[in-house]
Amino acid sequence: MSNATAAEPKTVLSSRETYRNALMELLPSDERLVCLDTDTGLFNGVDLTPAQDRYLNLGIAEHTLMGAAAGLARSGRIPVVNTMATFAASRALEAVKLDIALNDLPVKIAATHSGLSAGHLGPTHHSLEDLAVMRALPNMTVVVPTDADTTDRLFRQSLELPGPVYLRLGRNATPDLPAGAPPVELGRIQVLREGGDITLAACGPYPVHIALEAADQLAADGVAATVLNAHTVKPLDTRTLREAAAATGAVITVEEHWIGGGFGGAVAEALSEMPHTTVSAVGVPGAFASVAGGQQYQLERAGVTSWAVAARAKEILGS
Amino acid sequence: MNGAIAPPDIRSVPGTEQLRAAAGRIRERIVDMCASQEGGHIGGSMSLVEILVALYFDALRIDPEHPDDPDRDILVLSKGHGGIGLYATLAERGFFPVERLAEYGTAGSEFMAHPHPEIPGVEMPTGSLGHGLALGLGFALAARLDRSDRRSFVVMGDGELQEGSVWEAAAVASSQGLDNLTAVIDRNELQITGGTEEVVRLEPLADRWRAFGWHTHEVDGHDLDALRAVLHAAPEPGRPTMVIARTVKGKGLPFVEGQARSHYARLSGRQRQRAMSALRAATERSQA
Repeated sequence: MSNATAAEPKTVLSSRETYRNALMELLPSDERLVCLDTDTGLFNGVDLTPAQDRYLNLGIAEHTLMGAAAGLARSGRIPVVNTMATFAASRALEAVKLDIALNDLPVKIAATHSGLSAGHLGPTHHSLEDLAVMRALPNMTVVVPTDADTTDRLFRQSLELPGPVYLRLGRNATPDLPAGAPPVELGRIQVLREGGDITLAACGPYPVHIALEAADQLAADGVAATVLNAHTVKPLDTRTLREAAAATGAVITVEEHWIGGGFGGAVAEALSEMPHTTVSAVGVPGAFASVAGGQQYQLERAGVTSWAVAARAKEILGS
Repeated sequence: MNGAIAPPDIRSVPGTEQLRAAAGRIRERIVDMCASQEGGHIGGSMSLVEILVALYFDALRIDPEHPDDPDRDILVLSKGHGGIGLYATLAERGFFPVERLAEYGTAGSEFMAHPHPEIPGVEMPTGSLGHGLALGLGFALAARLDRSDRRSFVVMGDGELQEGSVWEAAAVASSQGLDNLTAVIDRNELQITGGTEEVVRLEPLADRWRAFGWHTHEVDGHDLDALRAVLHAAPEPGRPTMVIARTVKGKGLPFVEGQARSHYARLSGRQRQRAMSALRAATERSQA
């Protein structure tokens, strides 16, 4: 634990590139792995020759991707499937549900362009429903890496899980977590900062930095906030969450997802046995984007900002 | 491949007469399940019987004693509503005792209307149409990666071909050159509301599959010799195989044969008796 503050944004690799590099490192030596692509372009220019037979581009066919992955997994492989988050969670959902989750097969879904990271590509390419959808599926583990390092670690850890994993990746480079953050362990919330007045529980690259910035702003006003990085939405680390909730009495969730059914919903469910705890969600209101603009613009427009989180905290605390 | 299961040997499998008798018993058990409290998908199960018999008693390299053998061939019943046809066939083939079929539809039993992999011999849960071909494609890709001669079979309904996902997988399978993948269509020409050609036209069906790059056969789906021959034929290198099996929905039951209403039925005691009489008369005719 460190009393981390918001880091200066540093241009690093996007989570999708970090994941790809990790996969390309592992693919030649780990015979279990099969990389299934759907014409994403993520592997353009990558030297695939060391494991050429285990990279298969199935074309623009996301249902077939999930079904074929299930057949491969049932045959003993660990398929790592590649598509955009919204195509995994919406277009191919029934195959994910019935072919992968129902059979509890070790298919790892690398879902890029998640949240608003597709920016001006518009609402067809935004995925603001995927956490709600994926966490509803029995057997599915749902992971949202925060930066390049957590992406690398969580991807490698997810390969060792016996069941399916949804890995929610972004399109763009996002800032690193502050130095000194606790080790990244799948299924465990990282406590980035401790304070006794309120808990800010965040999920995703920008939400974590928004929460850290809000904590800085609150500190300037004498309010001490705990900041949690919940990179694993399912299974949720309810123990750490409840400890923080018990210590502070109020939890504000921050996410890059529609408010309905997402991370905030998961936290509210987990804390429903603590009736004296306030849970308040900051996320994208239930509306489709209708204008161009990058990821950060879209987030600000949706009201997912550090000052919105700080204002919410003050409202809850009556200060 | 390690060769734990012996390769199929046409001489070691039962003759067509024996398979015909097995098909007769399977039909009777389908009727029994349809006379249970829940009833069942009778029409599309009866049309499927010879297809499943030709596969499970001849074409498939399987061992009911070792249903999880890694060298086995895979069959995915994509038309999961043929579940009772599959259960009766698996029981006849020895995957589990025939007596277990009495569990069908009873509360707490794994024998639901659509197949569940808890049942020995069931590879994948199916029921939502348009999933099986992609699954079969995955099994075929895995066999190729393993440099194994395992084959992957998928049995689809014809109404199912109205699902777009079928054609997505069809294009990918031929592009991948998977000659270890064989699909069979139970072409009974009926779906719940009527004829397939009246609802959404499928013909010219064989031409469509050929255009998608599949090596395509058309056979009488109730002719065991024809089915066995085509399922044994060597695949065309680099192309998946399609067998369009022309069948009759409700086959063997004169009062529902060829009728859309045979899709699902709960038979009364009297209807069950009529059905059994018709099936036994047909068996006697075939033996005469």
